[in-house]
Amino acid sequence: MNLRKYLKVYNKFLHTSLASELEYKTNILVDLVTAILSLVGSIFLLSIFIQNSGYIGGWKFEQALIIQAIYTILNGITNTWFNPNLTEIVKHIREGTLDFVLLKPIDSQFFISLKKINPSGFLEITLGFLLLFFCIRINQINLNLSFLTLSLITISCSICILYSLWFFISTTTIWFVKTWNAIEVLRSFLYIGRFPLSSFSFSLRIFFSVFIPIAFITTIPSEVFLGLSVFWKILLEIIVATIFLINSRRFWLFALKYYSSASS
Amino acid sequence: MIFNLINRKLFTLLKVQYSNMLEYRVEIALWAISGIIPFFMLNIWTNNNLNESINISDTLLSRYFLCAFFVRQFSVVWVVFSFEEDSLMGKVSPYLIQPLNPFFRYFAQHLAEQITRFPFALIIAFFFFIFNPETIWIPNLGILLLSIVSTFLSFLIQFLIQSIVACLCFWTEKASSIERLLFIPTLFLSGLLAPVVSFPAYVKSWIYLTPFPYLIDFPANLLSGNDINISGGLIMQILWIFILFPLFKKIWSEGTKKYTAMGS
Repeated sequence: MNLRKYLKVYNKFLHTSLASELEYKTNILVDLVTAILSLVGSIFLLSIFIQNSGYIGGWKFEQALIIQAIYTILNGITNTWFNPNLTEIVKHIREGTLDFVLLKPIDSQFFISLKKINPSGFLEITLGFLLLFFCIRINQINLNLSFLTLSLITISCSICILYSLWFFISTTTIWFVKTWNAIEVLRSFLYIGRFPLSSFSFSLRIFFSVFIPIAFITTIPSEVFLGLSVFWKILLEIIVATIFLINSRRFWLFALKYYSSASS
Repeated sequence: MIFNLINRKLFTLLKVQYSNMLEYRVEIALWAISGIIPFFMLNIWTNNNLNESINISDTLLSRYFLCAFFVRQFSVVWVVFSFEEDSLMGKVSPYLIQPLNPFFRYFAQHLAEQITRFPFALIIAFFFFIFNPETIWIPNLGILLLSIVSTFLSFLIQFLIQSIVACLCFWTEKASSIERLLFIPTLFLSGLLAPVVSFPAYVKSWIYLTPFPYLIDFPANLLSGNDINISGGLIMQILWIFILFPLFKKIWSEGTKKYTAMGS
């Protein structure tokens, strides 16, 4: 019953936000060109990085390309769901419209996380998948069921971690009011997810796996694709993802206690 | 007389914007932190011994990326986002009545932000020197002055390009997506992520004709004391300003005729 209600509500969300986004059709085209250019740019950068020894952090060019593909998919997901919704929290809190969200007989986290959708992100996701299929071919990965389940699990864990990171930072708006820039900091950190973790120095590697687990987001799924992954790493990613998801929920409920509305 | 008036207006605007910016110190500190990508890139470069391929010593490369960070800090432009918001909200209308081009307001805003940002950038540089004491150097006064000039010119080029894009708001409502598109070549070709010398020959053959290498690579090389053609770079920067400025004036006068005062 409850699930059916949420599905129905989400259906309505999809409908309204798609309708409003499709008003700006050329915008979607511009976003697609942006996604393609940024992928080309990163591959160009990668080719500069490997021109010395042919390897970056022990990864060959074709292997590192998988990371680019997964990053592009995740970035597409970010642009489709996380970016349009979670930047909206800042607006809700500044203008006090979060009141209306809280009054609705629906879970507030559900509402603010899924209200909007940006269709141009789909094109980026497709682009990522195309590159991923290309990588599967050039790396001669044979697809079987256990591999598919493992990659599905790791990628969904990555999405959960990514969502929690975004949601954590957006939630801090309740205290700091202006957090666009904190999101910008997160974005610039996430950028390093385009490169294998092993290409960084030891201290940065620790930083990016303990404090901001960007390491888990792209490197581990790519290792699964290459058949290099170790069981404990996958298990660790699942644990980290669960911890992040649960805590982001708890943090939101905790933060709401401090919400004092605007100009009232 | 007229010059004096503009001078006084600009000074007042600057004062107003500076006190405005000081209100949001944390915000600006976060902006400063979000610009640390060059340091991550430096980490990839040194950790994979990539400098061998372009014959630059580790120390010089570290200085280059530190300077790239500094140049980026003082040439960040966001006028299109401010202008888009003001234009959509109809705030541009009162500005248009004033006997001063509204872009002076944004210009003062950017300058004030740079002044506020300066201490934070220094703190980040200070930490960089603690971790890499061998990179400490003191550029001579002439070079320092020249690189400040060229950083300012780089800022002017970017400000003009973005103002031109911002003027597109008069025709389409979402000019910021065009800016995001233009940001991609700026990111990859300006030398923020990899010095232009490391680019393959087929890119180097045409890149010096575009404005991109003069945005970060040229001022950063100048400041870090690498061997470059100083007068050639400065001339190209000034040339681009002379190309872009009339373009901006043209599009501004065309655009204001189209302006329909949305939302008022």
